[in-house]
Amino acid sequence: MNDMVFSEEQRLLADTARDFLEVHCPVTALRRLRDGKDALGYDPEAWRKMVELGWTAIPFPESLGGLDFGYLGMGAVFEQMGRTLAASPLFATVVLGGSALLLGGSPAQQAAHVPAIIAGERRFALAVDEGRRHDPAAIALAARKTGDGYTLDGDKVFVLDGQVADWLVVAARTSGAAGERSGISLFLVEANAPGVRRQGNAMLDSRNAARISFDGVRVSAEALLGRADEAWDLLEEILDRGRACLAAEMLGIGQWLFDTTTKYLKERVQFDVPIGSFQALQHRAAWMYAELELARSAVMAGLAAVNGAAAERRQLVSLAKAKMGTVLERISGESVQMHGGIGVTDELDVGLYLKRGRVARHTLGDNDFHAQRYGEGIGLLERLS
Amino acid sequence: MGGSQATFASADQKLWFERMRDKGWFAPGWPTQYGGGGLDAHRVRVLEDEMRRMKCRVPQVNIGIWMLGPVLLEFGNEAQKARFLSPMTRGEEGWCQGFSEPNAGSDLASLKTAAREDGDHYVVNGGKIWTSGADKADWMYALVRTGPATPKHLGISLLLIDMKSPGVTVRPIELISGASKFCQVFFDDVRVPRENLVGPVNGGWTVAKRLLQHEREAMSKMGDLNLPTQCELVPTVRRFLADRAAPGDQAIRLRAVNCAMDEHAYHLTVARMGQEAKARMDVSGLMSIVKLVHTEQDKRKSAVLIDAMGNRGLGWEGDEFTEDELTTVRQWLLSYTLTIAGGSSEVQLNIVAKRVLGLPGN
Repeated sequence: MNDMVFSEEQRLLADTARDFLEVHCPVTALRRLRDGKDALGYDPEAWRKMVELGWTAIPFPESLGGLDFGYLGMGAVFEQMGRTLAASPLFATVVLGGSALLLGGSPAQQAAHVPAIIAGERRFALAVDEGRRHDPAAIALAARKTGDGYTLDGDKVFVLDGQVADWLVVAARTSGAAGERSGISLFLVEANAPGVRRQGNAMLDSRNAARISFDGVRVSAEALLGRADEAWDLLEEILDRGRACLAAEMLGIGQWLFDTTTKYLKERVQFDVPIGSFQALQHRAAWMYAELELARSAVMAGLAAVNGAAAERRQLVSLAKAKMGTVLERISGESVQMHGGIGVTDELDVGLYLKRGRVARHTLGDNDFHAQRYGEGIGLLERLS
Repeated sequence: MGGSQATFASADQKLWFERMRDKGWFAPGWPTQYGGGGLDAHRVRVLEDEMRRMKCRVPQVNIGIWMLGPVLLEFGNEAQKARFLSPMTRGEEGWCQGFSEPNAGSDLASLKTAAREDGDHYVVNGGKIWTSGADKADWMYALVRTGPATPKHLGISLLLIDMKSPGVTVRPIELISGASKFCQVFFDDVRVPRENLVGPVNGGWTVAKRLLQHEREAMSKMGDLNLPTQCELVPTVRRFLADRAAPGDQAIRLRAVNCAMDEHAYHLTVARMGQEAKARMDVSGLMSIVKLVHTEQDKRKSAVLIDAMGNRGLGWEGDEFTEDELTTVRQWLLSYTLTIAGGSSEVQLNIVAKRVLGLPGN
């Protein structure tokens, strides 16, 4: 099974994405969004073109109007988006919201939302985190059964695209206590429903993440996505798709940093020679290469595993996210250091990649989270939650 | 170890050796006329994958087959192929590699062992060091100086030397692990027929570079042979830590998890390299990190295991310690050897920097 090599079609998709993003979503576009304190956090014109290219249809089956192109295809696009730091609703809307509907939605819910997602007419956000660090089992936001529906009370933080989304997928507790895996349910909530208060926050990567308060928010029984109290496995599967795509984006970020730094080592002259001729830097560059290749293998395996058996999926996705996180930290640190003084200026793009890398690394679980999860999977660590 | 001095630990091992030999599977990809299996590259891969999956032992450790053989097939003349290949595939002649010298380690091209022409012979004087298995080998392929010392890599030839020749002395070197895997070899007016020179006179450096590519592959095979069976990280750490809880265990567990993830990523990379090769992509970059990554990871992993063992990981010999414990200690010491032998990690990094990344020389 050639599951760690892109097929001809996937390579073609990656090439198209690369060409498109270099023209329509270069790093200068991100700078414009940042400097203009853009409330949207992405360029709607570029997003419209991504929709035209069919990217919103990639993971959906043909029966729902999708391309059924799978997660290696999705990963090929996210890797390229990492290379230019392209910001778009693709992650929160298609990967997270789309997966929630695809894996947990009823036919009626899918029919109501998926075509609108594919058409780029509706944006989603997934509200999971409540604390300092990613910890889905710790969900405490309460959903009480009231009348023929539910009432939601509590706060969510670090909701990606939370303040621009039209709809929210909210992970809430319908029974049990925070820390327990049972008792979690998912709800589809209109983002402007009464009682929902959203506050967009300026994050390190110039993208949107919102704090969202739910104050007696009423939803009907039809808002339930999947089964009440039993959403843990569903939530994990949704999150794993997100994690695999984030790892692919981080791979693109790492590859750009590595390419840019290697090029600089060949060009920058000190003591009358290119600094890349110094062995002290050569060996560090060679290690970056080796580590990046190891991470690439893990990312490819993680993408290929999102449709596979649950135990293998958890293991490979956590490996991808953890390994990529560790490697990206090393590469971004080396990139800044090897550029010297210019490396810590805002003028050089390296700093933007460092910042986005840091946010992506934390999103849906950082290295330590995923090392813990991997360790539990192989029976070396006790389950913490 | 194949060759005239091959020994077997059990009757089963001998049977395995003979069966594999009779199939031609010591060298499955070589032509059948030289005793090979006559399989194409794809079938060789399938065979290797299946053998690995079934956890088969490598039937014969013979660097003659892994390294010299492919080079003889490429650079050797017909007489040399006929004379030397078949005894390798029959397991009758074992080989050692004479490259490093006491003053030519990472800077291999500065080697000084001299081969002086004398009629239809060369007369060899000098010596080699870090020669694996020289005490058991029947033959050595050696890099010798046949031409001028400058430019240093243009005066080198590859010569095949019968280890039974008068004037050859072999002294095993005891390592920190207690093993004597390496030897020092002395040549004192050793006479070698001129027909034993492979490739062009003074063209040995090109041949050697090709040989070293095979060496890196072989080293990772040797690594597979030496390490994972004894040191499967996760069950071993669990076994040692199960004894009774102690402060520091949690930190060791986390280090072990990180080693396990690194090892997993390494195995995925080897698998990806196979898939990319099959898809006809350029895998030379990946090839150049295999030895580096594998041996460096093994060193870290061995250190974690030793820490998990506590004072059970400090024993040298005797009844107090189990076989398992003593082996793990020796493997930890051996892991230091493997990041040096077969091109040190620093040499590997130089290769990546120059050939893969294209960074300028100095």
